[in-house]
Amino acid sequence: MHRRDVLKLTALTPLLPSLLRAAPPPSPRVVIFVELGGGNDGLNTLVPRRDPAYRRLRPRLALPADALLALDDAVGFAPALAPLMPLWEAGQLAVAQGVGAPEPNRSHFASIARWDTGQLRPRDTVGWVTTARGDEGAGSVVLGGEAGPLAGPRTLVVERPERFLRAADALRPVPTPAGPAALDHLVRTRRATRAGAAAVRAALARAPALDAFGDDPLGRQLRTAARLILGGAPVHAIKVRHDGFDTHAGQPGRHPRLLEQLAVGLAALRAALAPADAWRRTLVVTYAEFGRRPAENGSGGTDHGTAAPHLLLGGAVRGGRYGAPPRLDDLVDGDLRHTLDYRRLWATAAAHWGLRRAAGGPAPLWG
Amino acid sequence: MRTLLPPLLLALLAAPAAALPPDEARHLLARTGFAPAPADIDALAPLDRDGAVAHVLATARVTPATPPPAFVHADPGPRPRGEAQREARRAAWRDQRQALLAWWLNEMIQTPSPLTERMVLFWHGHFTTSARKVKAPTLLYGQNALLRRHALGDFGALLRSVARDPAMLIYLDGARNRRRAPNENFAREVMELFTLGEGHYTEDDVKEAARAFAGWSVDRRTGRFVERPRWRDPGPKTVLGHTGDLDGDDVVDRLLAHPRTAEHVVERLWIHFVSPSPDAAVVRRVAADFRHHRRIDRALGALLRSDAFWDPANRGALVKAPVVLVAGTLRQFDLAPPPPRRLHRLLAAMGQVPFLPPTVKGWPEGAGWIGSATLLARDAALRRFVRRTRLDRWIAALPPAWRRADRVALLLAPRPPLTAPTEGPVDAALIGALLTDPTYQLH
Repeated sequence: MHRRDVLKLTALTPLLPSLLRAAPPPSPRVVIFVELGGGNDGLNTLVPRRDPAYRRLRPRLALPADALLALDDAVGFAPALAPLMPLWEAGQLAVAQGVGAPEPNRSHFASIARWDTGQLRPRDTVGWVTTARGDEGAGSVVLGGEAGPLAGPRTLVVERPERFLRAADALRPVPTPAGPAALDHLVRTRRATRAGAAAVRAALARAPALDAFGDDPLGRQLRTAARLILGGAPVHAIKVRHDGFDTHAGQPGRHPRLLEQLAVGLAALRAALAPADAWRRTLVVTYAEFGRRPAENGSGGTDHGTAAPHLLLGGAVRGGRYGAPPRLDDLVDGDLRHTLDYRRLWATAAAHWGLRRAAGGPAPLWG
Repeated sequence: MRTLLPPLLLALLAAPAAALPPDEARHLLARTGFAPAPADIDALAPLDRDGAVAHVLATARVTPATPPPAFVHADPGPRPRGEAQREARRAAWRDQRQALLAWWLNEMIQTPSPLTERMVLFWHGHFTTSARKVKAPTLLYGQNALLRRHALGDFGALLRSVARDPAMLIYLDGARNRRRAPNENFAREVMELFTLGEGHYTEDDVKEAARAFAGWSVDRRTGRFVERPRWRDPGPKTVLGHTGDLDGDDVVDRLLAHPRTAEHVVERLWIHFVSPSPDAAVVRRVAADFRHHRRIDRALGALLRSDAFWDPANRGALVKAPVVLVAGTLRQFDLAPPPPRRLHRLLAAMGQVPFLPPTVKGWPEGAGWIGSATLLARDAALRRFVRRTRLDRWIAALPPAWRRADRVALLLAPRPPLTAPTEGPVDAALIGALLTDPTYQLH
């Protein structure tokens, strides 16, 4: 067939590509969990515009008032978050303020375990998403960091897609055994892993290349996330990690760059998903083990703290501010009092999947 | 090849009519050690089951067979003054922690008593402590040594030592538990995880026990246990129905006397050594004795002699923990552990880095070891191992009687392999097939 004929045929039959390829499976609602690894400095993310205490606590780190991107009279985004402003204006960005837990724990490990499990005294090694939603059939895919909320027996950890697919290919098929439950579990896990890898492979083969993402680690992870979604992977939870927020020193150089990578990456995600109408079924939620101390330390940085704001984005998000900004004149041991329980973020994610709220459980932020 | 027992002892233990079949000897040694060698299996042949169990228990040690790194003998020392010095110490401690991990793995490979190290690993998952909170490697080693000293001895002495162990006092905040600022962390976990189990104590028991433990602390400079009399909380307290001016030892005594403690520990031993589902009647019987004699070796011996342990249906019923898989493979093929950083990465991908348990509950046992991610890590590691190891040398060193496919399969697989052959030539391809067969993940 001549090239001209191909073009003509394509022009005449816009449906051709979908006829040639296998139809993608029905598209589930997806939550993308963005871990701000190390604990984000909330006060330099969502900044109080009128509170003189902000500048008093942070003589060196305070962001200049005239550079802030005002959300309203009270608060503004750090300038590095500029790429997110169109989402804010479109009502597709919710800001949860003062998110934290009772009896805050300032250890990275102990605190993130609470987020991962949704338990105040973590016991489970399985993440809350797995408990609430299951992780079967490529439903849960971890693209960076620990599996965290997605930790579970069938969760796929896909740090580098090519390497993951190669390793899964090497799992030889085995016959169904008669024997103890442990052997059965092993063989089932092998099969599920091969099937999950096949779903990932098929989705990546169907997906467009998406060149608009940055080449930083977060950009690469979000690009893979978008490709999985657009390629029709049967995925309901994706986890990525944006690392480097443990800014004990040299924060003025590092923190704006991290926020900018975050904003650029999330804006690119929306741009990739919106045309295919996949943005409507996607919810992005940021989380971190803790925020940072309101007062700067002696090294141009901030130490482990408590509450922080988090972002929720997506086509179905009800935009706006939720909760109250923590008060800077009412600190506990020099730290912020949280105003919104972290489990309400998880309740919002669960509501996005259509899970019913447990009696007496935390309420979603909207709906 | 290592041999486990001197011939004289063997002659004494040998019962006249008994002969332990190689598959039974292998089962016992695999469950109580790290991948038995052919010579270990042959050595048990003259014994009966009870004799073999007695023999394995008799190997128990209270000290390691290889010298630990020199830094374990140094005090943690005072907190350095400047940020740069603190960062330097953090970096040094990171390296030391990895060296400690490499040392322990090597001890598992070298020790003449694999059971001892399996028990230390068991207790490390029970009385767990994480390097994420206890940063000084010397304290982590101190706890490791403590667990070995009592690994198969008196459970009462073990629990009493754990309650005073500096690493435990830091990990569960006992070190800062004082009258004016009580901290209930240790009091709660000692009841919930170490002894009684949930549902067998009240919130008041926790609060009152925390008062009784107040004042047991750590001198941060020396890293030693100290009692701080001014932190004590005198006066009557009521724990588990007993009232008096109780101190920490009194609470430990109450916990030891409680029937649930013995049952809880015996149940955990069962799940670790026998099968995923404890037999309630046997557990109750063994626990009733254990509550009085408190000898860990006797309780374990009773479980190893039980019918359930020898039931063919329970062969390969347990998933090898990552540490057992790695140390066992290295021990089996007479290899040294990889460099500390690589070892750490390898174990992390499989989900078990010693000194870094995921929660205060230790590691999830059994089927919890196997998920999509950890399965891929195990499989990839074993395939890499097969590619890079001179398996022909190992084959050449096998005793002649063991240089047969069915014998090698018996050695490496706890039950008939699913994909690997059990006949034909003994070559690298056969060993590779056995090591990547699903049954190799089990014991």
